[in-house]
Formats: sequence, C-alpha cells, structure tokens
Amino acid sequence: MDVIEIDVAIVGAGGAGLRAAIAVAEADPTLTLALISKVYPMRSHTVAAEGGAAGVIKDNDSLDNHFNDTVSGGDWLCDQDAVELFVNTAPLELLQLEHWGCPWSREANGTVAVRPFGGMKVERTWYAADKTGFHILHTLFQTSLKYPSIRRFDEYYSTDLIVEDGRCTGVVAIEMRSGRMVAFRAKAVVIATGGAGRLFPFTTNGAIKTGDGMAMAYRAGVPLKDMEFMQYHPTGLPGTGILITEGSRGEGGILVNKDGYRYLQDYNLGPPDPWPRKKAMELGPRDRLCQAFWHEQQKGRTIKTPQGDVVHLDIRQLGEKKINERLPMVRELAIAYVGVDPVHEMIPVRPVVHYTMGGIHTDIDTATSLPGLFAAGECACVSINGANRLGSNSLAEIVVFGARAGRGAAAFAKANPKPGAASNAAEAAQARLRELFAREGGPDTVSGLRKAMNDSMESGAGIYRSEDTLLATCGILADLRARYRRLALQDRSNVFNTDLIQTLELGCMLDVAAAMAHSALERKESRGSHQRLEYPKRDDANYLKHSLAAFRGDEPPSIGYRDVVITRSQPAERVYGGAAT
Amino acid sequence: MSETITLEVLRYLPETDSEPHFQRYTVPYKDEWVVLDALNHIKDHLDATLSYRWSCHMAVCGSCGMTINNEPKLSCHTFLRDYRGGVIRVEPLDHFPIERDLVIVMDSFMDKLSSVKPYLIPKQDKPLSSGEYLQTPGELNVFHQYTQCINCMLCYAACPQVGLNEDFVGPAALALAHRYNLDSRDGGKAARADVVASNEGIWECTFVGACSQVCPKCVDPAAAIQQTKISASVDWLKDLLTPGAHT
Repeated sequence: MDVIEIDVAIVGAGGAGLRAAIAVAEADPTLTLALISKVYPMRSHTVAAEGGAAGVIKDNDSLDNHFNDTVSGGDWLCDQDAVELFVNTAPLELLQLEHWGCPWSREANGTVAVRPFGGMKVERTWYAADKTGFHILHTLFQTSLKYPSIRRFDEYYSTDLIVEDGRCTGVVAIEMRSGRMVAFRAKAVVIATGGAGRLFPFTTNGAIKTGDGMAMAYRAGVPLKDMEFMQYHPTGLPGTGILITEGSRGEGGILVNKDGYRYLQDYNLGPPDPWPRKKAMELGPRDRLCQAFWHEQQKGRTIKTPQGDVVHLDIRQLGEKKINERLPMVRELAIAYVGVDPVHEMIPVRPVVHYTMGGIHTDIDTATSLPGLFAAGECACVSINGANRLGSNSLAEIVVFGARAGRGAAAFAKANPKPGAASNAAEAAQARLRELFAREGGPDTVSGLRKAMNDSMESGAGIYRSEDTLLATCGILADLRARYRRLALQDRSNVFNTDLIQTLELGCMLDVAAAMAHSALERKESRGSHQRLEYPKRDDANYLKHSLAAFRGDEPPSIGYRDVVITRSQPAERVYGGAAT
Repeated sequence: MSETITLEVLRYLPETDSEPHFQRYTVPYKDEWVVLDALNHIKDHLDATLSYRWSCHMAVCGSCGMTINNEPKLSCHTFLRDYRGGVIRVEPLDHFPIERDLVIVMDSFMDKLSSVKPYLIPKQDKPLSSGEYLQTPGELNVFHQYTQCINCMLCYAACPQVGLNEDFVGPAALALAHRYNLDSRDGGKAARADVVASNEGIWECTFVGACSQVCPKCVDPAAAIQQTKISASVDWLKDLLTPGAHT
C-alpha cells in the first residue's frame, strides 16, 4: 500500500474542511496538509445551502439575542459555552469570507445586508441572494488555491481511521480513478464530511451525504452524540425533495393549507398579523413548522398529489422584481422541477429531511475523545444546535468550527511526534476491502438494502416516532446490517467503481442509522425535532442530557448520556408567535 | 404496459475495453424524470456497473455534465419529456479524456481554474476589525453574473477552440478571472494578466459564443472574454503610450 506522510489530514472538502485547511495553512505554512475528499471540493453539499449565514453585525442586534435564540431554538439541549463561543465568533468568520471575496448581498450604503430567518428575534442572516452556500463554498475553494501547502486529494474515498496506541494517526483511502489504496500517516486528522440525510428516502441532501465520516469515527470508538435529532425542513419540493429556502418566508412568504388558511396560527405560532413578524407564524422554528404540517395532514387539510401530501408556499406578494433579486434560484427551481412560476402561482411544498443535528461528539475545541482526531461541521456535534438547529446557523457553524478544527489540528500536529511508518490498521483495512472484492454474490443488492433502510427510517424515525415504530425500525436495521455483511459487489473493476463506493457508503449509513434509531428509542420524551407520540412532553428531570451512541460491532449500539452545559440560560418554555415579540 | 424510453449510454472500462461502445437500456418514462433519474434507475435496477458523477440533483453542484443527444447538458436538469418518443444518447462531455463510462478526467480543467488566480487580491489591506469592504449593490452587479459559474464544464465541451487547442485556458476560467478583475475590492488584474492575456488565454477565443449558449447558469463567458479583450487592449495601448504609468 502507498503511504503518504503528512502533518494534518482533513477528510471532507466542503465548507468546514476547506476552512480547516486554510486555517492550518495560515497557522503554519510549513505544516504539510492533505485535503482528502470523495468529490471535487465544489461538488460538496455546502453548495446547496441557500438562505444564509447568521452572525450579529447590525446595531439593532446583540450577541445575547443570537445566544438566546439559538439556545431556546435548540430546546435547551445546546451546550451554552459552545453557543457563546459560536455567536461571538460568527461575525468575524463571516467578515473573513467577505474579505476573501464572498459576494454577499448589500445594502444601498455598501454594508452587508441581512434578512430575517426562522426562530431569530432580529434579522441577522447574511445572504448572497439565495445561493449563499454556493458562494461560500466557491469562495473558500478559490481562496484555498492561494495556499501552496494545501495539497488536495480529490476523489479519494476514505474508508478507515488509523488508530494506534489510543491515538488517531491517519486515514486509509481509495483513490477512485485507480482503485489504489493509500494510507495517509498523519499527526492529526480532521473529519469534515457532512451529514447523513441520505439515510432517509426523501431529503434535500445530495447523493454524497451518506455519513461516511460519522461512521469512521464511530467505528473507531468515538461516540455519536444526539443522533435522534434529525431536522426536517418545512419546505421541500414534492418528488425531488429540492430545498426551497426559509429565506422565502424571511422575505414574506406564507404557508397555507388546502383551504387557503394560514394553519400555523393553530399551533401556537400566531396570530397571523402583523406579517412579516420575527419568531412568529412562518418565521417559527423548523421543528414546529414540520410538526404543524403533520397535524394538518392528520386532519385531512393538506393537498393530495401523486408525490405525497403538500401545502402551499405563497410568495406572490413579493412581486417579480424582489423575487428575481432575492430568490432567483427558488424561481428557477420551482419552474424547472414542479412547473410552477412562483411569481404567479403558489409552490407545493412538504417537510423534507434536511440536517443531522447529531454527530461525532466533540468538545468546544472540536477535539474528539480520540487524541489527534478533530471534527467540525454537520458531521460533528459540538452541541450548538441542540434538539433543533435554527436556519442559517449551520453556514456560520462550518466556518467558525472549521477554522477552530484546523487550528486545533495544527497545534496538535506540532506538539506530537510523527507516527511510525508501519501500520497494522491500514493493512487490516486493505484486507477487509480484498474480502469484499472476493465475496460471492447472494440475493441482495446495494439498492435493495438501501431502499429497505430508507423506508424503515421514514416509517419509524420520522417527524413523530413511537416505541412501536422505533422498535420495528431497530429490528429491520439489525436484519439489514446482518445481510450487509454478506452483500457482494456486482462490479469488481478498479477504475471509478461506483458500485464499490455505494456499497461502502451503505455500510456507513446502516451503522449511523442504527445509532440514530436506538438513540431515538431510548429518549422517552419529546424535545425539539424528536417527538415521541407516547411521551408528548419535554422531561428535563430525566432527559436534559446528550445521548451518546457507542459502536459495538455487529451488536446494536449502547446508549449513554452526558450532561448539557448550562451557563446562563435555565431551561424554560419555548415561546413563539405573538407572545415572543 | 406503461410507457418506457430507451437510453443509449456510452460505456468504457479502460481495464477491459480497447475502445468505447454503446449500451442500450430501457427505463420507465416519467414526465417529471430527468436523464439523471433514468441513469439512477439503470444503476439501481438494471446494471450496477454503470459509472457517472452526480450529487445535488438541483443543478448547483456541477457534477453531472454529460453529452445528451450531442448537446452538453446537466443530466439533472434535462427532462425525459423533451425526448419523448425518441432515443436518448448519453455520452461523456466532449474534449476531455474518458476515465470510465460517463466520467471524464478533469485534471486539466482544475489546473486551468487555479492558473488564473481566482481569489481576491485586495486592492488595499484591511484588518477584519475594521469591518467589511463597502460595496454597493451597483458595484456588486458589475461582476455578479460571473460569480454564478458552477464549474460544470459544459462550456469546455461546447467550445471548438478547446477542442483544437488543449492548452486554451477556456471559458469558465477566463470568466472567473474577469469576475475578480471586476470586483471593486480587487486589485489583482495585473497579476492575472500573465495567464489571462496570454496566447492561450483570451486571444485564443474566436468568439463562437457556444460557451454562453450552453451555460446552465447564464454566466455568459463569451461576454467576459470579449470584455477582457477590450480591457487588455486598452492596457496595452496605455502601456505603449505611457510606459510604466499604470499597473
């Protein structure tokens, strides 16, 4: 096996990975650095984020406001020290992007513009029309080209972390164009591989979001935290799941049911007027809006379509000029994929799996429990999002904690010796891959097992869960994981073998899915995005705790708990609608 | 029986094939399906060995550029309904080596992109503590369209000059250089000129305009290149008249 010696290896080249790479290069240009990704950086799913990035910049706002919105939005499951650090740092990181050329939308006087977003008391979401993630990703990628020490390994699929003597000393990856395996022997490793929306059948997430980095860390003994919290976004296009940004409601769009009624007023989010109004109605948090949809559906007040039940998002009142200026992609997407021009018609939308609040357990410095391993971005859980992330906090999170992970890894690499050249762990990874190539075919296919997993996650671990549905899902996942161990490749070639990659991704997804379903089964309360039908109330006495799912090989995970860090905001009722403003 | 449609897909596996060939697949026809959905159907149900790139399925990640009935297209944004009743021929993008099946080797594109220094080279240094560079909506509008490139490479597949001269920097990279040159915060035009205004740069373009026609994001690289030509000519003339007077 080829061995590449490196100071810092970063897995994942989306917003968090690129920001980490730049931070390493700026911390010390003599550090060698491998930026490893299964796709070219500009394909990373940061590209699809639309609405914006939150950071306090205007005089009418305060860091306390952002802190309080985030903590209550997360139903008090956020670690408040991490939130404090996050809201304090976000404005600087967003300014840094501005200094690197990000084309933020502007006020007439040339300062950056901000827009309202769900659950935020004051408008503080920086945006670049409705392609904010796209512009952040391209700005970071293009900026990364300035730094000679950033050596990219595009289209390398990472399979395993190398762990020796209780320290992470690298990562094993497959060069996709050749099938060759490479061991990156590193002093420090950062995982920044994004979320796991592809566990579900109906998601805004691109094909690449299969939880690979989460699975690698989890298998290496790092717990996955708060995995039961999966965010649905209230406005996805039926059929494809394409995201229609919350920014469309921030700009004044409304949601109506089949009777043309703004149904959110029936769910503690009203009254409907005056509109637009912060933290009320359509600018409530995502978990509440998706739950309201579910209830409307139960009452038969949604609209039936061949692609499932929908409600209508109406942005016509914004007018063509403002739609073209602020929401051009929304218009383009709606016309192309559902044949609706939002200037003249209402857009059909339904809740869609969007964001993984849980992830690799890290401390406030992005360090994991495994020395030398750091994680940042959606794959990580530094616990700023708690039980429900507020829209536009994640684009700020990737730069705040991506930079922090890069600096942390750089410092770790400088303070610790080079790992030895030989590694049994890398050889073992290669042996497992050889075994997969040699395995004889059974009746199962990648697509068949993946569909069974997707269906079981949707039916058992959706917006509302219950003991029965979760037990059924855990059972199905156990069966699928056993069958996966006998799954054979249909393509045994070496060059760009996507059957191989999809098979490895499925293995990651099944492990992460088990962590998610079992964490959900054990949390016998309702909090944020985790709603249990038989336990409709939040239970702070027993569950004001982070869950920690620990990998146990072929067995289901064990679920432990850890205290939430509370510094200055005691748990209280989450208040939205008229009472919040 | 429900309606179907036939795809004729280029296959090439360098380990075993001496040259590419076409393989036919029949898939269900659905009005709302794009060509990528049909390929995914093939991958999941008919032939797991087919390889192609894709991710976002919403025309923003730029992965899934292919040649569809002789036109460079994003397969996630090309609907079966526009080919109903016919056969859809799917090939990799033109003007790039084939890595396998519909996957092209894009090393040259990545090199060209980085060659134009596509990052802000600030006109003036400004500490973060002093806040943002002011930029009015009007100043943003000057270059905004050229920020929209998703690096899908359809313009390289469409451009006859890329086909004739593999060293031509090409439409997307030149448009990106122009994007930074036009940015009111940027002062890097001279640093980019070595590549942009070289023989392999703007002067290689013969203004066919195919790049702009196929661009799925209306970036209009042809306009960027023509504007750059004018600007470079003016700089050249100024330099001739008053040597060293400008940068």
